[in-house]
Amino acid sequence: MTAPAADLAPPLLPPRFSAWFAARGWSPRAHQLDLLRAVLAGQSALLIAPTGAGKTLAGFLPSLVELTATNPQDGLHTLYISPLKALAVDVARNLEMPVSEMALGLRIETRSGDTSAAKKARQRHQPPQMLLTTPEQLALLLASADAALLFAPLKTVILDELHALTGSKRGDLLSLGLARLRKLAPGVRMLGLSATVRDPQELARYLESPPAMLIKAAPGAPPVLDILATRERLPWAGHGAQHALAEVYERIQNARLTLVFVNTRAQAEATFQALWRINDANLPIALHHGSLDASQRRKVEAAMAEGRLKAVVCTSTLDLGIDWGDVDLVINIGAPKGASRLLQRTGRANHRLNEASQALLVPSNRFEMLECLAAVAAASAGEHDTAPERRGALDVLAQHIVGTACAGPFDAAALYAEVRQAAPYRELARSDFDDCLGFAADGGYALRAYERFARIRQRPDGLWRLTHPRFARSHRMNSGTIVEADMLKVRLARGGVTTSGSYTGRIARTGRVLGEIEEYFLETLLPGDTFLFGGEVLALVGIVENEALVRRAAGRDPKVPSYNGGKFPLSTHLAARVRRLLAHDEDWGHLPPQVGAWLALQRQASALPQADDLLIETFPRGGKHYLVCYPFEGRLAHQTLGMLLTRRMERANVQPLGFVANDYALAIWSLEDAGAGVDLAALFAPDMLGDDLDAWLDESALMKRSFRNCAIIAGMIERRFPGKTRNGRQVTVSTDLVYDVLHRHQPSHVLLRAARADAATGLLDIARLGDMLKRVEGAIHHKALAQVSPLAVPIMLEIGREPVYGAARDMILAEATATLLAEAKVAN
Amino acid sequence: MRERHLGFDSPAGPALPLDFAGRRWLLDHSGALYLPEQSALVVADLHLEKASRFAMGGQFLPPYDSEATLQRLVAVIARYQPARVITLGDSFHDSAGAQRLSAPALALLETMAEGRDWLWISGNHDPVAPSGLPGAAANAFRLGPVWLRHEPRAGGDAPQVCGHFHPVARLAARGVQLRRRCFAVHDSMMILPAFGALTGGLNVRDPALQPWLGRDFSVFVAGAGQLYPARASACLAGS
Repeated sequence: MTAPAADLAPPLLPPRFSAWFAARGWSPRAHQLDLLRAVLAGQSALLIAPTGAGKTLAGFLPSLVELTATNPQDGLHTLYISPLKALAVDVARNLEMPVSEMALGLRIETRSGDTSAAKKARQRHQPPQMLLTTPEQLALLLASADAALLFAPLKTVILDELHALTGSKRGDLLSLGLARLRKLAPGVRMLGLSATVRDPQELARYLESPPAMLIKAAPGAPPVLDILATRERLPWAGHGAQHALAEVYERIQNARLTLVFVNTRAQAEATFQALWRINDANLPIALHHGSLDASQRRKVEAAMAEGRLKAVVCTSTLDLGIDWGDVDLVINIGAPKGASRLLQRTGRANHRLNEASQALLVPSNRFEMLECLAAVAAASAGEHDTAPERRGALDVLAQHIVGTACAGPFDAAALYAEVRQAAPYRELARSDFDDCLGFAADGGYALRAYERFARIRQRPDGLWRLTHPRFARSHRMNSGTIVEADMLKVRLARGGVTTSGSYTGRIARTGRVLGEIEEYFLETLLPGDTFLFGGEVLALVGIVENEALVRRAAGRDPKVPSYNGGKFPLSTHLAARVRRLLAHDEDWGHLPPQVGAWLALQRQASALPQADDLLIETFPRGGKHYLVCYPFEGRLAHQTLGMLLTRRMERANVQPLGFVANDYALAIWSLEDAGAGVDLAALFAPDMLGDDLDAWLDESALMKRSFRNCAIIAGMIERRFPGKTRNGRQVTVSTDLVYDVLHRHQPSHVLLRAARADAATGLLDIARLGDMLKRVEGAIHHKALAQVSPLAVPIMLEIGREPVYGAARDMILAEATATLLAEAKVAN
Repeated sequence: MRERHLGFDSPAGPALPLDFAGRRWLLDHSGALYLPEQSALVVADLHLEKASRFAMGGQFLPPYDSEATLQRLVAVIARYQPARVITLGDSFHDSAGAQRLSAPALALLETMAEGRDWLWISGNHDPVAPSGLPGAAANAFRLGPVWLRHEPRAGGDAPQVCGHFHPVARLAARGVQLRRRCFAVHDSMMILPAFGALTGGLNVRDPALQPWLGRDFSVFVAGAGQLYPARASACLAGS
C-alpha cells in the first residue's frame, strides 16, 4: 500500500509536507493522496475509512497543501463541520501539531455556542482560514447579513462523521446549508469523511449531485468480537444483564481501560451502581451519559485521557470520534441493535489501524443472545445498516426559508431551485415549497390570514424580504433542529428537609446541581419516591419552578426503576438475520446450550418462526385469550402494529384489553379468542395501514409529540429557554391545544403534514411495518395452543409494564378518583 | 384542616351539583359554572384572539381559537339557556383583542348575547372593557352570596369565585398520566378552569395557589364527558 503511494508522493505533496511525514517516520497513505489529488483537481469526494486510518488528516491535507502553495490569503478557505462541538475542538487541537511543525502560519479556529460574542463577531469580519464548527452554527452564519461576504472565498467544506449527520432533520438542515454554500461560493468542494456504511453512494449523493467521487481506504484489522457465554442462567427477559456483571467485572480487571456501553441512561445508572456494589478491588470506574452535568462529564473525560480510570460506563455519548484514552476493551451490555453501531463502538477500542480492536457482547436475555449472534455474523460479513434515504422535512425547510430571508432578499423561484439541489429535497414539489414559504411568511392559514403581521413579504420588485430586524433576532434564538425534551435541573436540597417528603414550601435551593432529567419522568414521581441518578439513589423532595430538589436516599433499591425504555429499535437486516438463525437449526451449534434447548422445546411445543412467514400463537391463560406474534421488526413497528390490530379486533368483537411489544414480538390479550372465528389473514392484511392508521394517528399522543417538534423547528412556537423561569404562571402555549385547534380547522396545514410524516418515519416505523405485512401476506402460520409457548415467555413477562391506551384513559380517571377518594377519606 | 361538606350526587352526566356558599351550583364539564337559582352562567379566561396576539410577535398560531372557544360557549348556553352570562376576566388575551375578532366570531357573540344579560368582568389581560361588543362591563360582580372577580382578593368575608389561574390537575395510574383542566374549591374560594381553546394551565399543586386554597382542597377534573372529584394532595406536582 505504501510503495505506490511513495511513487506518487513527490509531484503531489510539497517538500515541506513530505519532509514532515518523513521526519515522523510516516508515509502518506494511499487514500490520503487519492483525496488530495481529487480535491486539487476541483472535485468533491467522499472518503470511507475505518477508525484509525488517518481520516481527519486526509480531510485537511488538501486544504493545508493548497493554502501553503498560494500563500495564506485572507478570507475563509475551509469550513469543517462535525456532529459534536467537542469533536471540532479535538480536531482543532490535533491540527495544531502539523501546522506548527511545518510552520504553515495558518489561523484555525473553532466556533460553537460557547464561543464568546466578541470572538464570533471577529470571526465574521476577520475570518480564520479554517473554521471548525457544527451544523447549527453554519445555519446561524448563513442567516446573517454578511453571509455572502464571509463565504464568497470558501474553497472546501469538510464534513466529518458524515454518516452521523445525515438521515435526520439535522441532516436536512445541513443539506440546505450546503446548497446555500454552493450558491455563495460557486465551485466549492465538499469532502465527506465517513465510517464504513452499507450504501456509500447514498452519502455521495448527499454531498453532491451527480454523486461525489468515492474513495475507500483499505480496511483495518477486523475486530475480535466475542459473546459472553455466561456461567449463569441467561434470563428470559429484562435488559440489565445483572446476571453477568461479575463476569464483566473480571474482564474489566484484566484490561487496561474498558468502555462499558449500554443503550439507555437508565441502564447506565443501574449498571454503574451494580458494578460498584461488587467493586471489591475499588477500581476507578466512572459514569458518563447525556444528562449528567457537563462539568461532571468533562472530569470523567479528563480522567480517561490521563489514564486514571479503569472503566467507564457510558451511553452513545461516547460513540463518536473523540479519543479520550487508551481504551483496549469495549463491552456492550445488551444487544447492539445494529451491526454498524457495534462496529462504531468497537472502534473506540484501540485506535491503531493494524491492531484488532477487542469487544465483548453481553446479551441480557435469550432473544438478545440470538441478536448478538446475528450482529457478530453481520459485522464479520461486513454488513452495515444505514438509515433509509429520507425526504426532507417541511418544518426544517420553513426554518431555512426564514433564515435565508435574514441574510437578505431572495427570489422564490431561485430559492426553490436551490433547495432542490439539497439531496433530501431533490423531489420537493413546488406546492410544498410554497406552503413552507407561506408558513414562514404569515402562517399560511387557509381561512384567515395574518398578512399584516407577516415576517417576510414579497415586495414590488418580486423579492421576498424580512419585514423587521426583530424577526432575525428571534430566528437566531430559535434555529436548529434539536428539540430537547423539557428538562428540569436536579439539585440537592440542603438543610431542614422533612423525610416525610411532604412539600414544605421553603426548601433551601443552595445545593449542588447534579444534572438534568426529563420533566415527564419526574412528573410521574411523588415526593419521597426514589430513583437512580448520577450513580446514586435519590429521593424527590419536590419540584420548584424548573428544578427538582432531591436528597440522597439511604438504601439501595430505588422505587422507580427506570426513566427510559430501550432506545434503539432492532435494525432491519439484523432482524432478517435473527429470523434466519431461528429457522436454521444447523446453526444452533453456536448457541449456548440453554438457549438451544429453549428453541428445541419451542419447536416441539409449537413451531419456530421461519425466515419468511409470521408465526402467530393463540392460547388461553388466566381467563383471558392471548395472541402472540413474532415479526422481529423492532419495538416501534410492533407498537404500531399493536395499536392497529387492537382497533381491528375491537371491530371483530374480540374485545382486546391490552398489548405489549418488544423488539421481537407482540402480545395482545382479549376477552374472546382471536384464534377462533377470526380470519387472521384478514386481521393482518396490509390495508390496516390505510384508514385504520389515519383514524388512530389523528387522536394519538405520538402525533402531538411530533407536532410539538415541528411547531418549534418551524418557528410557530418559540423555545423555552433555561433561566427564563415560570413565575407561577405558564407563559408558553401548549402545543397540544394548538394541535387540537389546527387539526379541527385545517387538517391539511403544512405543519400537520410535517408532523404526520415524522410520526410515520420515526416513532411509528410505518414503512417497516408495511414491508413486514407485505412479506407475510399468505404466509401466516397459526398455532392454536393449550398454553403459553416457550418462545412467548419473554414477552409475557413484560405484561403489566406497559401503559394502556385509548378509551381506557377515562377509566383511569374514574379508577384513580375512586382510589384517591378512599385515601383522602372523602365521603361520597 | 376544616373540612367542608362537598355534597354531590352521582358523578355521571355533564354537570356535577355542588353546595358552595349556601347555594347549589352546577359544575359543567366544559369548565362553565351555573347557578340555577339565578339562571346565571359563569365562564373564565376565554383568552379570545390569543393566537392573533402571538401572530403579532411573529409566532403564527392557528387563527381559529376564538371561533373554537365561542362554539364551545354556544354549546353550553344551548344546554342551560341562562338568563345571564358573566365572563370572569381575561376574556380577551389583550385589550385590543376585540378589534381583531373575525366577522363570524363577532356574529356568534351577538347571537349568544341576544336576549340575555351579558357582563364582561375585567382581567389582567383585558383591564379595559371591550368596545363595540354586546353587554356591560365591570371589575367585579356580586352574584347572590358570592363575589365574582378575575383574581381573588384578600380580606373580606364573602365567598369568591375567580378565574385567572387556569387550574389543571395531573393524575397518574397504570403508567399513564392525565393532565386535565379542573375546578379547584376550598372553603369559601372557587377557582374556575380556563375556558379558552388555547389557554394552558397551572398545576393545582403550584405554590401560587396556596395562599387562596391552602395545601389541600377539592378538585373536579374534566374527563371526556364528565367531571371527576379528587383531592389536590393526591394529584401530581409539576407543570
